Amino acid sequence: MAMQLDIHGHAAWAYTGGKAFNPTLPVVVFIHGAEHDHSVWALQSRYLAHHGRAVLAVDLPGHGRSAGAPLARIEALADWVVAVLDAAGVATATLVGHSMGSLIALECAARHPQRIAKLALVGTAFPMRVADELLNATRDDEPTAQQMVNLWSHSALAHYPGNPGPGFWVAGVNRRLMERQRAGVMHADFTACNDYSNGLEACRSIVAPVLLVLGKRDVMTPPRAAQDLIGALPNARVVQIEGAGHAIMAEKPDELLEALRAFVP
Amino acid sequence: MTPPRSPGFDTLSLHAGQQPDPTTGARATPIFQTAAYVFRDTDHAAALFNMERAGHVYSRISNPTTAVLEERIAALDGGVGAIATASGQAALHLAIATLAGAGSHVLASRALYGGSHNLLDYTLRRFGIDTTFVDPRNLSAWREAIRPNTRVLFAETLGNPGLDVLDIAGVAEIAHAAGLPLLVDGTFTTPYLLRPFDFGADLVCHSATKFLGGHGVAIGGLLVDSGAFDWERSGRFPELTEPYAGFHGMDFQEESTVAAFLLRARREGLRDFGACMAPFTAFQLLQGIETLSLRMDRHIANTRAIVGFLCEHKAVASVNYPELPTHPDHQLAKTMLPKGCGAVFTFEIQGGRAAGRKFIETLRLFSHLANVGDAKSLVIHPASTTHFRLDDAALRAAGIGPGTIRLSIGLEDSADLIDDLALALRASQKP
Repeated sequence: MAMQLDIHGHAAWAYTGGKAFNPTLPVVVFIHGAEHDHSVWALQSRYLAHHGRAVLAVDLPGHGRSAGAPLARIEALADWVVAVLDAAGVATATLVGHSMGSLIALECAARHPQRIAKLALVGTAFPMRVADELLNATRDDEPTAQQMVNLWSHSALAHYPGNPGPGFWVAGVNRRLMERQRAGVMHADFTACNDYSNGLEACRSIVAPVLLVLGKRDVMTPPRAAQDLIGALPNARVVQIEGAGHAIMAEKPDELLEALRAFVP
Repeated sequence: MTPPRSPGFDTLSLHAGQQPDPTTGARATPIFQTAAYVFRDTDHAAALFNMERAGHVYSRISNPTTAVLEERIAALDGGVGAIATASGQAALHLAIATLAGAGSHVLASRALYGGSHNLLDYTLRRFGIDTTFVDPRNLSAWREAIRPNTRVLFAETLGNPGLDVLDIAGVAEIAHAAGLPLLVDGTFTTPYLLRPFDFGADLVCHSATKFLGGHGVAIGGLLVDSGAFDWERSGRFPELTEPYAGFHGMDFQEESTVAAFLLRARREGLRDFGACMAPFTAFQLLQGIETLSLRMDRHIANTRAIVGFLCEHKAVASVNYPELPTHPDHQLAKTMLPKGCGAVFTFEIQGGRAAGRKFIETLRLFSHLANVGDAKSLVIHPASTTHFRLDDAALRAAGIGPGTIRLSIGLEDSADLIDDLALALRASQKP
């Protein structure tokens, strides 16, 4: 089940977790990372939708089923998320963001503190600098850039229980999902991550409770790269997941769900 | 900066999908010989049933040993995932049954394994699924035979037994232009020799009984999805893009952008038809896959030696192997199959049916049986076994003559195999 919205004249699409969206329930918005779509959250979003929450797992502009050009600035994406809340008739929501999505969630909570109940940052870092070689590859050679990101996103050649279920090859799923995104999306996304400079400033404006979920074997956003954020969010709860790389939702779906279940209203 | 290297084929053959068992430390893949799995609590049970959590419920649907095999073949083929089935036939059936139903049409190569031909030409017709067979080399024939109700195009990487090399890129382009997926049977090539997804195929099925296992002790099949086909854009597959009442109203394409096909196949076809693989079979096949590249190289080396021997033999009218310049697909094979064209091929013996019979009965090292891809060398006379249902005209259309002998070259010393063949050829020519 899904929700189709009009955001600034472009169709925006969100998966509602297999249940009809009911905005009278606590709302959780899942925000995917670079070159991804809503389906990276398939298990966690479906679980919460069947456990008393109203879920919007969005496809960001230009990603998946959402139309329009990708927005290459975190600030613009943060405002886009609030526009989604407005269009869906949602007053306040909990934001769960992964990687680039975590920066969007952070900036959104800072710009619109009255709209954000809680904030979960998964596989996050600040600054989220992108190596020049990778950033250039996202512009000049997407297949190579996708290969780099896919290799660096996973910590192992085997995962239990598989994602979205047994019998799926996690790195293969991620590779094909990246290949599905339109040309130009990857560069816009990585540019947005690389250029975002307001992270620590944003932390000062955060009033919502914050959870950070970090993969202990993440080499894209290693736990040490989140230390500045953790320092700027003294009340944040930090969960580090053993054996997880950057693709925490796929590599450790149950462990991530447990962290979210304990945090999300 | 040098881009990071993806793990190589041999590394994936040994490690993809399996780590040392966290409970016992077992390095080999344990055989989880269990029918069912304990739920932690009722919420955990409900979440597993509703696909809110990943995990195992009942071994008809999934099993930890079988899942290792599924992930491994997906890694080797370059797909998103796989489903292990009771046999190669079950894998083919699962693929078609997921995409087609009564009133649907399948477009298939006419150069198929006899069992696949039976399924399409006889059995599935009884269930309302119609199949048109075309010459796999004739791209126009593929294009022209597509109908509004066509759901899938199907062919073998190397046609059985004529070894027609499928122009996967050419057929895939025709399929995709019509919004249809291309399903390819990769049994003869294995991902070591050919990865059909790299050429544009969308689904691959294998009889894992053959080279993947390599030992000829276990019957099993695998169905692999590339994850690249866009079912939504095609608009021809409501089974994948609309709510399915048989599984909580799930719209599989919404649920997973790249995994829709396998999610539906597991939650419908595997669940309801029940042709699952046993965990012990998965374990046996994993043992084979660990040495796949080593074995395939030896299969190919032996095959080349024997092809060379037969080409020079006066009792041999012709040898049909794509590496030979006389094979109609020689150029295509050079591009698509640089590591080798497999270890199954045919030759035509001088003297027709009678000479063929004498030849087979004289062989000592080659085993006369209806299988291919064993570590041991095998021989068969297709006209009297795998293709016995076909009349002479249909036989000729599939590239088979009355004196056609099919060999599956094993891993023995090639000199011993050549000695065996030499003796049998001599005997075949005696009055």
